[in-house]
Amino acid sequence: MAPKVPPQPTLEQSSTAVEAGHGHAHAAPPKGIMRWLLTTNHKEIGSLYLIFSLIMFFIGGIFALVVRAELFQPGLNLVNPEFFNQMTTMHGLIMVFAAVMPAFTGLANWMIPLQIGAPDMALPRLNNFSFWLLPVAFTLLLSTLFMPGGGPNFGWTFYAPLSTTYAPPSTTFFILALHIAGVSSILGAINIIATILNMRAPGMRMMDMPLFVWTWLITAFLLIAVMPVLAGVITMMLMDINFGTSFFNAAGGGDPVLFQHLFWFFGHPEVYIMILPAFGIVSAIIPAFARKRLFGYASMVYATSAIALLSFLVWGHHMFAVGMPLAGQLFFMYSTMLIAVPTGVKVFNWVTTLFRGSISFEPPMLFALAFVVLFTIGGFSGLMLAIAPADFQYHDTYFVVAHFHYVLVPGAVFSIMAGVYFWLPKWTGHYPHLRLSQWHFWLSVIGVNLTFFPMHFAGLAGMPRRIPDYALQFADFNLVSTVGAFMFGFSQLLFVAVVVLCVRGGKKAPAQAWGEYADDLEWTVPSPAPLHTFETPPTFQRPAH
Amino acid sequence: MSRNETESQDVKVRRTVWRSVAALVGMFAFAFALVPLYDVFCRVTGINGKVDTTAQALVHDEVDESRMVTVQFITRNGSGLPWRMDVETRQVRVHPGQTSEVNFTFNNQSNAVSWGRAVPSVSPSTATRHVRKASCFCFEEQRLEAGERIEMPLVFQLARDLPSEVNTVTLVYTLYPVEGKQQSPLQAGVKTIEGDEA
Repeated sequence: MAPKVPPQPTLEQSSTAVEAGHGHAHAAPPKGIMRWLLTTNHKEIGSLYLIFSLIMFFIGGIFALVVRAELFQPGLNLVNPEFFNQMTTMHGLIMVFAAVMPAFTGLANWMIPLQIGAPDMALPRLNNFSFWLLPVAFTLLLSTLFMPGGGPNFGWTFYAPLSTTYAPPSTTFFILALHIAGVSSILGAINIIATILNMRAPGMRMMDMPLFVWTWLITAFLLIAVMPVLAGVITMMLMDINFGTSFFNAAGGGDPVLFQHLFWFFGHPEVYIMILPAFGIVSAIIPAFARKRLFGYASMVYATSAIALLSFLVWGHHMFAVGMPLAGQLFFMYSTMLIAVPTGVKVFNWVTTLFRGSISFEPPMLFALAFVVLFTIGGFSGLMLAIAPADFQYHDTYFVVAHFHYVLVPGAVFSIMAGVYFWLPKWTGHYPHLRLSQWHFWLSVIGVNLTFFPMHFAGLAGMPRRIPDYALQFADFNLVSTVGAFMFGFSQLLFVAVVVLCVRGGKKAPAQAWGEYADDLEWTVPSPAPLHTFETPPTFQRPAH
Repeated sequence: MSRNETESQDVKVRRTVWRSVAALVGMFAFAFALVPLYDVFCRVTGINGKVDTTAQALVHDEVDESRMVTVQFITRNGSGLPWRMDVETRQVRVHPGQTSEVNFTFNNQSNAVSWGRAVPSVSPSTATRHVRKASCFCFEEQRLEAGERIEMPLVFQLARDLPSEVNTVTLVYTLYPVEGKQQSPLQAGVKTIEGDEA
């Protein structure tokens, strides 16, 4: 076995370099709340995004626990079905639009300028605006829960006519909230593209960029392509509800199936928006702790691009059960399966990077390894769902719930946590508390699997999703899921503890905090990173391969 | 970095932003363009059972007597219209090319005037383009007085080139109220006129 050598760089922290950036001509920043309202600094905005997303993660998590508590035992126990529907819907909406997406945008804000050697984002004031739209959007969305008729109750996919003809009166507020959140992501995406394309350090070619930058660039293009489609769909809903049009109303010549086509034309690229940056994070972490260069950098870039392009051609696999001609089913089935090829390339590259590496298991690596294994499980259940004839059996069952939670929780969420553990030394200047991080990891990974693995079985046995009650034979699976969900939920308090402790103090981290194989540009600035970095562009040195 | 280079970076950023904005606007417009495109696509291919709601000429003297196809009729009330819709026969057996007539009855069971429309759909979708309707109540909106009962014909023909694997064609008619031309049931109880402004 390879000797375990934890990265122990000497404490050669260059505290002298810190002052240099601060010195000149910056007016004293406003104090208190105004500092955060008016900040145009990419690091502060990145922190705001991350804190916002963490709060929303807990709010969405509480909604999930309400759902799991209701499903702990068969029968209607705790909440009435109308409220249960609002909880499933709000859990999905908050987690997708307010937790996962802003967390990745926060990481992008913090790390992309550092990784490409830029002093800030290309459009700093726009950056401030796109963040502050988010609290507005989600305060509005959450407020619908207190409105007469309750909040959205039609599932996060808000299929018409459930979300139009039969929707609660608060739906107009839901539409407005989603519009604002959409504008925020679009502005964020424009900013990221403008930064990456124009502000790289002299000498850094596109194919020199760290993979997190690459994956985010591709994600930003996806956002620009599909967020306007989402905006179009909800605008049509708004007009159907309030202005008497009939886009999705068969009575007036419209078609509810059209809604599903438009929604999933947005929705499928959207799921890649939530996973591509995760690929970038994991591709940074695995080489650092395997003490090897990433295997197949170029193929990673091409695979990510291929996944992004294919994502526009597969939306129909969400709609096999809606009714589709055989040719359509075959097309969407095969194109979906084709995505397994570039995804397989990525998993192969990670595994090959690990192969004969000198691996150590620091907290970021634990989460990254769990990501590779558990995301792959989610990928495989996705392949099962892609088989059109089998999908008729799986459609709208807990098997689907198990599938997308495997790719989103131990996939996207674990990668965000891995990224946070990885970059915390850079942000705070301290290493995260080792024991607490390990407890957080093991409780999370056990909790996640207890929650979602039994859902595969419940789903294959026919348990339908989004129903507050179930037949007795599903009782044991649901009991296990609920126990796991509470375990996972409460262990996230440990995550908060780790982050707070890390900000307050802890073992000091040097500039290159994770050893010589984490050597992108962000590790050349001191830890903690000073407020202003790379005001003079660094000269980019291509690492010797 | 020299002043020139900084300026050119600003210019480059601006160019990237404008291109992104153009792409955004394009995609937003594309989302709306998808609505008519979808409609046209469905009509041309017959996917989704969308049929032409204009009268088509019948073609004569080409009855294919070697083949019998079952045509089924399903009538449904979509939402909230106080009408009853019936068909005189639920199922007919026809030869491709043969012209048939089937009568449907509409009965307004409320005590108010109302407007309704039957929206057609054909299953299987591969048969959609081969159903030719010369006359159909589904071509237009109907207005029924309180308690009125009318009978309306459907005259149709299955084209001879109906795909050979199709042995049964189902025509579904779903009744919907016509938006903006209805009286609410509450109003209907009080006064019985109005209802057909517009």
